[in-house]
Amino acid sequence: MAPRPRTVDQPAMEDRPSGKVVAPLGKDLVGLEYLSPDQLRMILDTAEPFKEVSERQIKKVPALRGKTIVNLFFEASTRTRISFEFAEKRLSADTVNVASSGSSVSKGETLVDTARNLEAMRIDMVVIRHGSSGSAKFLGDRIRSNVINAGDGKHEHPTQGLLDMLTLRDKFGRIKGLKVAICGDVLHSRVARSNIWGLTKLGAEVAVCGPATLMPRDIESLGVTIIPRIEDAIQWADALNILRLQLERMTSGFIPSLREYNRVFGVTRDRLDKAPKDLVIMHPGPMNRGVEIDSDVADGEHSVILPQVTNGVAVRMAVLYLLAGGSPDWAEGGER
Amino acid sequence: MSAILLKGGRVVDPSQQHDGVADLLLIDGKVEKLGRNLGAPDGAEIVDMSGKVVAPGLIDLHVHFREPGQEDLETVATGAMAAVAGGFTSVCAMPNTDPVTDNQAAVGFIVRQAQRAARAKVYPIGAITLGQRGDKLAEFGEMVGAGAVAVSDDGKPVVSSHMMRTALEYARTFGIPVADHCEEPTLSAGGVMHEGIISTRLGLKGIPAAAEEIMVARDIILAELTGGQVHLCHMSTRGSVELIRRAKEKGLKVTAEATPHHFSLTHERCEGYDTNAKMNPPLREAADREAIRQALKDGTIDVISTDHAPHHYDAKEREFDDAPNGIIGLETSLGLALTELVHTGLLTLPELITRMSTEAARIFNIPGGTLRAGSAADVVVIDPDRTWVVDPAKSFSKSRNTPFGGTKLKGRVEMTIVRGTIVYKA
Repeated sequence: MAPRPRTVDQPAMEDRPSGKVVAPLGKDLVGLEYLSPDQLRMILDTAEPFKEVSERQIKKVPALRGKTIVNLFFEASTRTRISFEFAEKRLSADTVNVASSGSSVSKGETLVDTARNLEAMRIDMVVIRHGSSGSAKFLGDRIRSNVINAGDGKHEHPTQGLLDMLTLRDKFGRIKGLKVAICGDVLHSRVARSNIWGLTKLGAEVAVCGPATLMPRDIESLGVTIIPRIEDAIQWADALNILRLQLERMTSGFIPSLREYNRVFGVTRDRLDKAPKDLVIMHPGPMNRGVEIDSDVADGEHSVILPQVTNGVAVRMAVLYLLAGGSPDWAEGGER
Repeated sequence: MSAILLKGGRVVDPSQQHDGVADLLLIDGKVEKLGRNLGAPDGAEIVDMSGKVVAPGLIDLHVHFREPGQEDLETVATGAMAAVAGGFTSVCAMPNTDPVTDNQAAVGFIVRQAQRAARAKVYPIGAITLGQRGDKLAEFGEMVGAGAVAVSDDGKPVVSSHMMRTALEYARTFGIPVADHCEEPTLSAGGVMHEGIISTRLGLKGIPAAAEEIMVARDIILAELTGGQVHLCHMSTRGSVELIRRAKEKGLKVTAEATPHHFSLTHERCEGYDTNAKMNPPLREAADREAIRQALKDGTIDVISTDHAPHHYDAKEREFDDAPNGIIGLETSLGLALTELVHTGLLTLPELITRMSTEAARIFNIPGGTLRAGSAADVVVIDPDRTWVVDPAKSFSKSRNTPFGGTKLKGRVEMTIVRGTIVYKA
């Protein structure tokens, strides 16, 4: 009988160079669930000096010079992909973008084969966006390069969670004790999960608000409160993180119509005016104006939606830098 | 004449309420005699069984052997070999082959392949509907004539209640059970694991327990309406157990099975997106696992079946969403049952043999499950205290997809005899 292929018990990484420096975050960034509060703080602190790099005339530091990074995007993305690419370029890395359409993926190549072929070209890092939950971990377990999750299915979007936390910390000076309500389609949201893990680990109180059809089973066990009505969430919270409502949720029957969604769950000026204090408004984008968020809220004075985008680049620079083995001491300016 | 004398083992045969040290004499493929200090005829092979358990060969009512159609995953021959290595002398093969086992020629093909293999006996299960498509009844009578012992649309639940009613009524003519995979497809659509705290954390689409229980309830109601015999495959939830318990109290002809993975594992096993923990029905919660164990104790669940489902290494080496359901189970079933059910003090050894042999023969009305004089010499020899570590690479199956690799089990098959021939020795 011919020898069989070995099963999963054979590590694909057994030829990993033994002298590799283990970065303070480990090899991969798969999700915030797997990071300690200290690691989360380290990333946020490291992001502080990187904010300044993007404000310079010459937006470039040599931290990742000579490193090769592949941005492997199996799902359409504008903001996240460009944000990662800016972060990589401002750290002087060499970058290649691979989209699923027009690549070998569209010819039926498996994820692991795609990654192994890329790795055979001697790359250092892979940033992956994929529609299946667990795909970033799957990849990280099978290749030697560092893997950064840029969104895997409904699981996590850790750099989004980090940039949301950085933005809240900028605004309030702290995260501990903040009341943050995550509003909308929590069921299908990787942003919600990363926010819940990151914020609760750093001592914030987190609530979720939205239609019961869009709430995941047993979500309370992640340490969050369910607030069924948006009016009550607005009364309670210091900040709202308003999730994008995917338009296909209506066609698949989770909600009857976008119009009703806006009437019952939309964050509107009228509703915010009844709040006891001014709420900080966040949205991971892209927004459906007039559905989950009204334009005058999105464009209002308490909206930090654009600062979120700015912080996205700094946070991703910090993550890339730390995973590449960079020292967090570089971040002395960011201590808070 | 060929003769084997199994001497001095603990003979456990629930069909005769026998549990004690005895000799078992097998002659020409039949049980000749069970008794003390039996003499061996000239030329008989005498095997010392001291310290071992001798029992009727195990019977598995639910396996997938992939032949015809996917012979790279399993064949009737390799599956029948894996079966005897797991102590099974008879198995029932589900019809989800390619083409589907939905006619007498297809049934006859499996019967013939099993005869050629000459390992475990393989009894085909015919499809309920042509192509398992759920719309046109298959020829039960012709299939039974060719050797089918039950009908099932297997992994395709019989969605139409009218079709299920028709199948139950029509099957009565032939005295065969209708085995159903209970899954309400609009509730389970897109689901890849149990719906609960773990699916929420992993961001995977869940399958609620209700998807199974709704169909269990429907099938029980239809069994009452028709008087047909429904066999509920791989029960996984505490709610299903409750429904079956009530149906049995009413005296309905409802039987049920549970798999070793559902009495051993819970949905926590999906952590890390391990595709070897992906099955349908999915691994459930600890309370469900406990209910399944208690149901095996009190007989609410009649039998242990493996749902042996071979898949290629590449197919499981994928994103969790895209990996196929199921695991191989024939060679780990007895070890898991002894470890999880008997050595924990829940079941006695005779109770386990009842669930893995005697009752299985009874509810599918197939030979075996007994060591009575004159019955087929299908025997398993077990060392209930021998510990071993599951090594998928040593499996006789063509596939390796098991979550139990590296698991230490207590209790192992020492020898399997089919029709009086020793077909496996550890």
